[in-house]
Amino acid sequence: MASPSDLAVSEMDFDTVPERSWVDKIKDTARKKPLGAVSACAVLVMILLAAFANVITFYDPVQNAFDSMHVAPSVTHWFGTDQFGRDIFTRIVFGARTALFVGFSASILGSTAGLILGVGSAYFGGRFDLIFQRFMDIFISFPLIIMALSVVSIFGTGTQNVIFAITIPLIPRCARVVRSSALSIREIPYVDAARALGFAHVRIISRHMIPNVMAPYLIMLTSFLGQAILLEASLSYLGLGVQEPTAAWGLMLQGGAEEYAESAPWIPVFPGLAITAAVFAFNLFGDAVRDTLDPRLRSE
Amino acid sequence: MYRYTIKRILLMFPTLLGAAVLVFFMLRLIPGDVCELRMAGTGMFVDKEAIATCQQNLGIDAPIYVQFIDFITGFFTFDLGKSMWTGKPILHEIGLRFELSLQVAIMATLTAILIAIPLGTISAIKQDTWIDYVVRTFSIAGIAMPSFWLGILIILGLLIMTQKVFGDPWMPPIHYTPIWEDPVANISQLIWPAVATGYRYSAVATRMTRSALLEVLREDYVRTARAKGLLEKLIINRHALKNSLLPVATVIGLEFAFLMGGLVVTEQVFNLNGLGKLFVESVTNHDYTMTQSLVMLVAVVFIFTNLFIDILYAWLDPRIRYS
Repeated sequence: MASPSDLAVSEMDFDTVPERSWVDKIKDTARKKPLGAVSACAVLVMILLAAFANVITFYDPVQNAFDSMHVAPSVTHWFGTDQFGRDIFTRIVFGARTALFVGFSASILGSTAGLILGVGSAYFGGRFDLIFQRFMDIFISFPLIIMALSVVSIFGTGTQNVIFAITIPLIPRCARVVRSSALSIREIPYVDAARALGFAHVRIISRHMIPNVMAPYLIMLTSFLGQAILLEASLSYLGLGVQEPTAAWGLMLQGGAEEYAESAPWIPVFPGLAITAAVFAFNLFGDAVRDTLDPRLRSE
Repeated sequence: MYRYTIKRILLMFPTLLGAAVLVFFMLRLIPGDVCELRMAGTGMFVDKEAIATCQQNLGIDAPIYVQFIDFITGFFTFDLGKSMWTGKPILHEIGLRFELSLQVAIMATLTAILIAIPLGTISAIKQDTWIDYVVRTFSIAGIAMPSFWLGILIILGLLIMTQKVFGDPWMPPIHYTPIWEDPVANISQLIWPAVATGYRYSAVATRMTRSALLEVLREDYVRTARAKGLLEKLIINRHALKNSLLPVATVIGLEFAFLMGGLVVTEQVFNLNGLGKLFVESVTNHDYTMTQSLVMLVAVVFIFTNLFIDILYAWLDPRIRYS
């Protein structure tokens, strides 16, 4: 939306108002939101790690090496090796791939489906909205992991199914938030105008309503990232998520803790740290996005 | 108030029915036939008769509306059918584990309250000092840290510490003893999972305590109390805290319903034979009837807790009157 001051700027002589470079803009944002900037950097580092996993480390994340089992952290194996002789640092770096892939896919799919359903529900309103919302209420009344496990029980394990299992419980959570914003958009006269002009429902929804609920959509999407990563780790830990030999953080924590205590306490420490750090960074990043896009949604 | 309570109790039924419909169709969503999937999952040759027997046992050879009526009547008469894995009645299997999970849930809630209220209060009083930042980081970390990892760390810590101090590694007992038989053994087993679950659970409550207290401290009556020279300690304890705990109670109550989700992973770490573990086992073993019943149980717990909180809310705050 253009405020009067924006218009004033656009009418001014551009020579007198030098365009600020994007570097300055980033610096400015970083100064205003130091936590957000740090978390954004952490997220970026994680994405780079995942993208260049095979350049960063030369060990094989999958191949067993029985001559180097339970090696303590050292110069050659930074985080030590696991019970199959695989380098833990390598598996964590490759695990970032799994975590980010599942996290991003599930969050994007879940919030996009929620966006469409939420806007649709608000747009059509009436009885459809009422029934649909009650249905969503029931979905929301289950903890994420219970719903995800139920989906796994139906469709089975494996990376694709895990993404699906995480996506399903996220949909109603996004749909609800998006719907409440879309309800107010629907009352704005331009929607009525579009209707009066005889536009199709799909066109009104996609061209006039969806662009105006992008803020809550993006807020939900970023807030889902941390949750999805944590959920993937939990499912994999339970043996109901990503399957061996794929490198996944939750999977690396499988096996009894009492086993590790004497022989190799580093095995459970590093993957857990990776999960915590990743979820922490994504949560802070999500909070920063929320504060920037819609300060009203602040919980504190 | 009575009227409201009755209305709420009556409103529970449509919600429960909705959950039942969801759970009922969950089983029907499975691509192919439950019996086929379950038996072919073992990779062996399956004869047609075994599948037919299985279908008959499950009652999925009947028309869908008959199945649905059976399912609903079964649910309301507490006849949940038999587990597809052990063959024992589901109610019996749940009954065996209910006590343990309930106890861990209550202990986790208490842990969360014991962490959240003091920390939240300190954080609010010392707003924007280093103490506040430490407390807030501690509570955000609680959301980020997976409870199963915390559980593993607790066990590791216990083993290593006891090894160092007593020369003999100590582990929490594996077999469950009811609290009235041997309270020491019971608590020494269940306190750890309660802490692992409770820490995560406390995170939201800590933030809530902090923000609610900050809000109350800005109220006029707190200013009046300060103006008349009342001790800050008294202001916090008598005036501010009491009023700020209302939203905290809601958060704690709401999260109680979600504890079941936390138990799913922590029971696995500590090898507790509770409902969470039963849920994971039923998913692993394709025990659909059990999964269904447990999902339904979660819904019932959620609906009842919600009702309880709303009534408690009105009782705690006389200004709230439901009409």
